[in-house]
Amino acid sequence: MEARDQILNGIRSALKRGALDGAAAAEAERRLTRPQRNLIPARSALPPAEQAALFQRIGERVQITFSNVAGPSDVPGAVARYLADNNLPAELVMAPDAALDTYPWDAQKLLSIRRGKAVDGDAVSLTGAFAGIAETGTLMLVSGQDTPTTLNFLPDTHIVVLRADQIVGPYEEAWDRLRRAGGGAMPRTVNFISGPSRTGDIEQRIQLGAHGPRRLHIVLVEGPTPPAP
Amino acid sequence: MEATSRAFTDNAHDALGNETLQSALGKMRTGFPLARLITIGRLPEFEDLREQGKAIKDHTLAHLDYYLEAYERKVEAAGGHVHWARTPQEACETILQICRSVDAKLVTKGKSMVAEEIALNDYLEAHGIEPVETDLGEYIIQLRKEPPSHIIAPAVHLVKAQVEAAFRAHHTSLPPDRQLEEVGQLTDEARAVLRQRFLSADVGITGANFLVAETGSSIIVTNEGNGDLTQTLPKIHIVLASLEKVVPNLEDASTILRLLARSATGQEFSTYTTISTGPRRPGDLDGPEQYHVVLLDNGRSAMLGTEFQDMLRCIRCSACLNHCPVYATVGGHAYGWVYPGPMGSVLTPKLIGIEEAGHLPNASTFCGKCESVCPMKIPLPKMMRHWRERQWQKKLNPPAYRAGLKFWAFFARRPALYRFGAGLAARLLRRWGGGKGKVSRLPLAGGWTAGRDFPMPEGRSFQGLWAEKLRGR
Repeated sequence: MEARDQILNGIRSALKRGALDGAAAAEAERRLTRPQRNLIPARSALPPAEQAALFQRIGERVQITFSNVAGPSDVPGAVARYLADNNLPAELVMAPDAALDTYPWDAQKLLSIRRGKAVDGDAVSLTGAFAGIAETGTLMLVSGQDTPTTLNFLPDTHIVVLRADQIVGPYEEAWDRLRRAGGGAMPRTVNFISGPSRTGDIEQRIQLGAHGPRRLHIVLVEGPTPPAP
Repeated sequence: MEATSRAFTDNAHDALGNETLQSALGKMRTGFPLARLITIGRLPEFEDLREQGKAIKDHTLAHLDYYLEAYERKVEAAGGHVHWARTPQEACETILQICRSVDAKLVTKGKSMVAEEIALNDYLEAHGIEPVETDLGEYIIQLRKEPPSHIIAPAVHLVKAQVEAAFRAHHTSLPPDRQLEEVGQLTDEARAVLRQRFLSADVGITGANFLVAETGSSIIVTNEGNGDLTQTLPKIHIVLASLEKVVPNLEDASTILRLLARSATGQEFSTYTTISTGPRRPGDLDGPEQYHVVLLDNGRSAMLGTEFQDMLRCIRCSACLNHCPVYATVGGHAYGWVYPGPMGSVLTPKLIGIEEAGHLPNASTFCGKCESVCPMKIPLPKMMRHWRERQWQKKLNPPAYRAGLKFWAFFARRPALYRFGAGLAARLLRRWGGGKGKVSRLPLAGGWTAGRDFPMPEGRSFQGLWAEKLRGR
């Protein structure tokens, strides 16, 4: 307590005032209880379909790969195809998230699925997401009983199923959704993820898969129409 | 770490002659600035965001006590703990105590410049705890037992052969005949070795890019994901942060995050931005059981209300290093302490004393590039000038320097004499040059001409031309 009080008193004497009160304190409190948006870049102020396209365009620039599927029933097939195309095992650990139960996983007989958190040695994880942020092609994942954080970092390959209606424009819209969902309380962890793990620490040469996933694949449901074959 | 900032001139001289270092620096001189230009070119609002970012930090600093107390309440409400530390010693002791409470043997660390500032690794090692850096660059320099040379690219002074040598010397359980020449092979090996460390660590320590008063959250920004494994897998997550990292709310953090990655690596957004609030929640399948924040002052509160307050806006993006001609020429180690480049030249004298680091503010050409690229619009050259004034007042400059400056000042205060003396000097120089455009030797300036030729005065003096221009109006 001694250190705390000395630091706080030191700040006040350096600022040549006592503890904040009156209008100044009220203004600071407003900033905490009723946060206002600052300037938001115009680039993501688009109709929903174009936001989804922007999300995908910027995401692809940072090495996220995409499967665009027309509806929920196509998700398990897209996942199995992605694994096969990349010579990955048809075996994954999936978040015990009820939102993922809406996809017909049983239809993929060869796909072996464990529900739970990730452990060392898991090669592929599959999760949902809380939101996608179009402004910078960024996924937003939050931790919770059904959404363990280790899934986002331990496996070599991370597959995310994202619905187009989860895509928002700027970060601020995602904060609003999060505040509404949690009644103002923050989850333990919010992960903004923009691509697979990378490093440029040796001679500035970018290498994917420094510590987190080497591959990040998004199955985008009801998003932009897939290009004609 | 032991500061060698006093020896900047010698350090810089050695750096200039170090071919490996020059080759490594050559790669960074263009990389970061070019990437920055490209991404800010895609964001027309960048300049306005800079203004807002600056205003957010100025507002926060003017109400710092309020936001810190609010932040503390929120951390505790989320089940975390805040520990206040006035000095590096107090911060180290607090962290040791937390580690000992779970009998920790192994601690993983995300990248933290504040941890370098308080020399945390040395302290933990001296008390029987093994700290392992997990950012690839930090890991490499930890193996080589050297400090970071850049605040976001700590191993930027090295070439891959040096990394290979360090890995071969330390990863002795791996086959000696393995292939390890390529950057990809080096990265994979570090991934495999450090994965085991992540899984067996008892405590994970990260820094913080921001602390959010509204929610009691800490925010880290990484590209590797090492910070996330550091803070998710062990029983305890300790956040080590200096107190000026606080911002009021998530919207304010978002505004500054828009500036950070673009100014740093030239990315639109870093790969991982992680917001952590308290320990794992009931029913959570992973995450730390305890969440501690160690808030370090170390002289920062005393910078408020002084000519150095603006420095507390710094978000450690490294744009000023990346664009500094002096940094790009001598590298970070020449600066002799934790923070190199222009931001270090302002901060270091404050943190370790002007007697130790007084020479750093002279390590600038005052070209002004640092201030022009600073996302927080920190007037770095102006603050370096403040330090130069203090250095003069404290009589810390070498006698010959002081005598020379006094000699110049004598004439500068007497314009007629100055013009006469300058004209005389110009004529003498021209005679010395013997009609050549430049000379390679000059009396009393051997140090200067050792590395470059001295151009001879040509034509008429500026003052003469100026007077003529005024008459001609």
